[in-house]
Amino acid sequence: MTIFACILFLFSFNISAQDPDIAKGKSLFNANCASCHKVNKKLIGPALRGVYEEHEKEWLYSWVRNSAAMIKSGDPDAIDIYEEYNKVAMNSFPQLSNEDIDNIFAYADYIPPKPAAVSTVSSNAEVTSSGSTNDVILILLSFVLIVLIILLVLINKTLKNLLIQNDLITEEKNNKKGIPIGKAFIQNEFLVIVSVVILLLSSTYFAFQYMLQIGVDQGYMPIQPIHYSHKIHAGDNQIECQYCHYSAKKSKHSGIPSLNVCMNCHENIAEYNGEEDLEKGYTRDFYTNEIKKLYKAVGWDENSQSYTGETEPVKWVRIHNLPDFVYFSHAQHVTVAGLDCQKCHGPVEEMEVLYQHSPLTMGWCLNCHKETNIKVKDNEYYTKIHEELSKKYGVEELTVAQMGGLECGKCHY
Amino acid sequence: MGNHKKYWKSEIELSSDDKMIDDIKNKEFVDKLPSDLFLSDQKHLQNTNTNRRDFLKYLGFSTAAATLASCEGPVNRSIPYVVQPERIIPGIANYYATSIADGYDFANVLVKTREGRPIKIENNSKAEVKSSANARVQASVLSMYDSLRLKGPMHEGKETNWNELNKNIIDELESMKVNNSPVVLLTQTFASPSTSKIIKDFKRKYPNVKHIIYDAISESTALDAFEIAYGQRALPSYDFSYADVIVSVGADFLGDWQGGGHDLGYVKGRIPMKDKKNKAKMSKHFQLESNMTISGANADKRIMLTPTQQKIALAKIYGYISGYSVSTKLPENIDLSIKKVAESLIKAGEKGIIITGIDDVDAHLLTYAINDLLGSLSYKKDELSLIRKGNDKEVLKLIKDLNNGEVKGIIMCGVNPVYTLANSDDFISGIKKANFSVCFSMKNDETAGTSKWVAATPHYFESWGDNEMVSSNYSLTQPTIRPLFDTMQFQDCLLKWMDSDMNFYDFIKDNWETNILNNTGWNQALHDGVFKSKDKKQIKKLSYNYNVSANKLSSSESLGLELVLYSKTGLGDGQQANNPWLQEFPDPITRVSWDNYLTVSKSDAKELGLKNYNVSNGALDSNYANITAKGISLKVPVIIQPGQAKGSVGLAFGYGKTNAMKKEMQVGVNAYRLYHNFNSFQSVEIESSDDNHEFACVQLHNTLMGRGDIIKETNLEIFNTKDVEKWNSVTKVSLNHIETPVNSPDVDIWDEFDRSIGHHFNLSIDLNACTGCGACVIACHAENNVPVVGKTEVRRSRDMHWLRIDRYYSSKDSFEEDNNKKDAISGLSDSLSVFGEMEEPSTNPQVVFQPVMCQHCNHAPCETVCPVAATSHGRQGQNHMAYNRCVGTRYCANNCPYKVRRFNWFLYNNNDEFDFNMNDDLGKMVLNPDVVVRSRGVMEKCSFCIQSTQAVILKAKREGRTVNKGEFNDTCACSAACSTGAMKFGDINDKESEVSVLKESDRVYHLLESVGTKPNVFYHVKVRNTDET
Repeated sequence: MTIFACILFLFSFNISAQDPDIAKGKSLFNANCASCHKVNKKLIGPALRGVYEEHEKEWLYSWVRNSAAMIKSGDPDAIDIYEEYNKVAMNSFPQLSNEDIDNIFAYADYIPPKPAAVSTVSSNAEVTSSGSTNDVILILLSFVLIVLIILLVLINKTLKNLLIQNDLITEEKNNKKGIPIGKAFIQNEFLVIVSVVILLLSSTYFAFQYMLQIGVDQGYMPIQPIHYSHKIHAGDNQIECQYCHYSAKKSKHSGIPSLNVCMNCHENIAEYNGEEDLEKGYTRDFYTNEIKKLYKAVGWDENSQSYTGETEPVKWVRIHNLPDFVYFSHAQHVTVAGLDCQKCHGPVEEMEVLYQHSPLTMGWCLNCHKETNIKVKDNEYYTKIHEELSKKYGVEELTVAQMGGLECGKCHY
Repeated sequence: MGNHKKYWKSEIELSSDDKMIDDIKNKEFVDKLPSDLFLSDQKHLQNTNTNRRDFLKYLGFSTAAATLASCEGPVNRSIPYVVQPERIIPGIANYYATSIADGYDFANVLVKTREGRPIKIENNSKAEVKSSANARVQASVLSMYDSLRLKGPMHEGKETNWNELNKNIIDELESMKVNNSPVVLLTQTFASPSTSKIIKDFKRKYPNVKHIIYDAISESTALDAFEIAYGQRALPSYDFSYADVIVSVGADFLGDWQGGGHDLGYVKGRIPMKDKKNKAKMSKHFQLESNMTISGANADKRIMLTPTQQKIALAKIYGYISGYSVSTKLPENIDLSIKKVAESLIKAGEKGIIITGIDDVDAHLLTYAINDLLGSLSYKKDELSLIRKGNDKEVLKLIKDLNNGEVKGIIMCGVNPVYTLANSDDFISGIKKANFSVCFSMKNDETAGTSKWVAATPHYFESWGDNEMVSSNYSLTQPTIRPLFDTMQFQDCLLKWMDSDMNFYDFIKDNWETNILNNTGWNQALHDGVFKSKDKKQIKKLSYNYNVSANKLSSSESLGLELVLYSKTGLGDGQQANNPWLQEFPDPITRVSWDNYLTVSKSDAKELGLKNYNVSNGALDSNYANITAKGISLKVPVIIQPGQAKGSVGLAFGYGKTNAMKKEMQVGVNAYRLYHNFNSFQSVEIESSDDNHEFACVQLHNTLMGRGDIIKETNLEIFNTKDVEKWNSVTKVSLNHIETPVNSPDVDIWDEFDRSIGHHFNLSIDLNACTGCGACVIACHAENNVPVVGKTEVRRSRDMHWLRIDRYYSSKDSFEEDNNKKDAISGLSDSLSVFGEMEEPSTNPQVVFQPVMCQHCNHAPCETVCPVAATSHGRQGQNHMAYNRCVGTRYCANNCPYKVRRFNWFLYNNNDEFDFNMNDDLGKMVLNPDVVVRSRGVMEKCSFCIQSTQAVILKAKREGRTVNKGEFNDTCACSAACSTGAMKFGDINDKESEVSVLKESDRVYHLLESVGTKPNVFYHVKVRNTDET
């Protein structure tokens, strides 16, 4: 990770050294232009790359600041563009200075140097491989150990043989006349009973442990119909969880976002330009193809930039399955308790493929209820009851359990 | 207590020579176990290829396979919306105000939907009229998910499409119009202003169309009478809250009389609230009737009269009040009572009210006259009730015209005449002669089966509509789900057929905005579901000589045994007969589910040889009665009904349907066959038959046996004048030889928990306000996914209702006398004979309804005996039941003194043996996703709707506030459904809540207080206004 950060830092330093300011251009582009324009592709408006060469600077400045006035004044170029893009007038940006506009177009024309990108990928690969070397070392070590043990046994055997051949062992023969250890063990009732009890107990323990795992799907990581990467959305792009799972605040369900929520962003983001993971096959094309699947499901025609009305709802595989007899409310935990989603769902922002992080067993629920204090602050509901109960239990802050969070009927009805 | 009283289960035990008693005593299984049947079938046994070894192999393999299969979890799919509607958040319920108007039930309701599925119906508190959903309306949500609904239009039994249907009908209509041959629109009562307008327009376009309104259970005579008296064909509305004296002559106004919904006003006058002088007032209710109805059960004084006697009694009351002399013809004691009734009415003056349910124009005319003479405030003749408009004469003429060939086309909507007409054969032959017939129906029912075209209609949850149930009180029906099937509304079709480019929604909106709303917003009206306009109707009294009516009535003569046809709380007119919730709903009076039957008085039964008897497992059986009226015979099982007037028998409508019905639901007999001339009184002949009928009756013991700590009751005089000790005493026990009240902490063997912190839920049940209507039972069914178990299982006492309404009869004339009689028992021999007598309800008993659900005891006996701690107590007072923890020992049910725990003997979902709503995908859509569906082998019971109390708490927490006043009121499905306010739920730690005020009342008592369970449900002593007579 650190190497990666260093490279990024170098990279950004590199950019800022150029003139005009591409970094500034990028942020301006994202803030003002990105909802209608792309750098290299048609969206609502034309792609911005190369525009600089097609038009004169002064024409561009006035177009950006007030395109409507230009159309009105009868500028032929302006009218052409207006006609070409379905007579959708471009917003005016009078606040942009000439320098700003230069920066934007410079950013649009800027093609990042290739080798830098390659190096990031390779450094990533290194990081992952270091993880696997540990395993290799461990395996090697254990292999060596096993070899050593076998060697020792072999040496011991040959030494014994040598001794026997040389008639050096006499005591051994005497011993052989005594009862063999197996028989001696069987004859000792106490030992038999103790070992049987130990055997039974330990096998029960393991059997029980095994049974407890039935129906616990920790780590469940099904393949989804669309490869949706939480890492890219929540991690790289820092999208708030509840932007998509907005009903978690209000409802018992966190809700799987409807496809129109996806389209809030993906009307503009038709292809993936972020990092790749070549080793696992997560190339840019791969991700772009997944976005196309979304378009197909929601019925979005990229060419005409419109909805066709032919939809195919996505059949996601549900990962977190609570039994029917459990009532769980996201609103209670997210809004009232103010918990982070990660508390139960784990580091979702790092998950390329989402999996079930927690065991979701009742013991797991209750442990948390026993340890977690109630968030009383700014919640009038708790004021009175908390004051009375904390006095009763003689504690400063009540846990969820003390508030009644262990009662059967709170979750089972 | 240690005296020598002997207790028993059935009075048959008293007759020592009964063989059955010996059987029960000596054998564990009285009925032979079917093992012999199986083992003796040598031929079959030998022929099977499965030997013991094979059997073991199969067993071993299937066990192993099942074990292996269970290790692998199923793959669950989650499919989100493509475009999520803005208002729908998964997991959060949406509510829509709408109204039901199916021709029989009319109500303004709220519909709870989850993820776009309607799952429950609640009362619309914004509505001023018809705001309460009865049991049938509560259950109507399940009727939408009926798997036997029509999926699309049909032509002569084959599927067709709407274009085809519309095209053909338009062609037919046009050709009929050219020939000027009459076409009839036969519809249910629409109280819909927009529909009336459409029909008017339709008639303008096709002048040969005639509109006839048909009510299956007719109120035609009342309408005719009102037209004679006031010149308008409508019904008056009644508000019983103004009344001090209520006299009902054969009108079950707490039931379905004139569309129901009268209980709200009635109950307002029935709760004795003490004023500053410590005096309470309540209305006095006289009921003169033949069948035992829920109105009769609630009455202070119930006078049993045969139908003919009812008519004469009404004439006589009119005579006493108007001063016109009506020559007497009644037995002396009845005459005396009737005189007293009339005197009370006169004394009450404008605070008196009289109503009647007699299907006779003269009877209704007399009640209108009496109410006018009294100047009754309850009699709202200028607020017209528009929910019954049927015209019997026109319907009868239509049948004639169809057969004559005078009517060549018929369009039907919301009616099922083939099922509901007494002379349905004539109707069938008539409809076959017509050139075309269209039936708008949700089901392929009897009428749809005879009709050429069947137009599939949507359920009211999928429809637009508007209503004016009471004049100037408008309401809207709006869809709460997209139509499930390829259906079209009647009104939309009419618009299409008259070549209008409007749809019904546009039409309603346009009509409301121009004619009704008066510049108030449409959206607001749609949101509220109701709109009240300020127009007032002026009704003028026409002159009419009422004495003639009195003469006619008083000269009625009885022709032997008289049958009174009535509608049951469960099925009503039978539209929803395929609704398993309603079939399983026990009748409030007889407590019999899955049947209709002939109710007879005990003395008549003896004369006719009709019998009720219990079999070895306690279940109720009867023989049959062959009942004949005007040449038509029915074979009906029998219930001996205490309180049935001698010389009369009763039979309920709504049963015996066969078309578009699941097999399990095809129960009972069709009483419409005897509904000659739309008269609910018929003279009949009865013969007994020896065939045996098996009932599914949920309450086998009918009297209270003087157990005053179950139902505490007193009368108004004692309530007003005596100490609480006298009428609401707490049982005392001896502590160190000192009599100590049983609720004192000193005699408690348990330590009291401190429940003063947080919420502490209590439910208050006022026995004075409970009419026994049963809306709560169905609401509980819907809210808590209670399974339906079917007739045979109910017969085995395995019904699953979390909430039951016990009905008790007194064995003397009042419960008071029962209590005294029991207390006077001394010694063994006396107890045997006296208890034997007390088993028998009186001929005209006092009746009481008592809703019983889990009492959520603070010292719960069930909790201490559960070996796996599956049931435990929460701090908020609820007794929790963790289904997944339960192993099914049933110790808890055995240790529960209230018998409210229900055991899942079988898997009731996805099981073909129980083919009710939980066995098909459509029916499962009604399930409440917040409550788990229980599996086989676990115990279940009322949870105080913990899912809802928790939801309210969570909402408050989320918004960072305390729980608002009254927010808990409607959390329990039963208390929310209870429109009379008999049930109130809330937090008693909130001193301002309604329920904590109620708990302070001196009428409060706990069920079986002497057991020391400290329940969180409390009852209010029933007070009857019986001091004067």
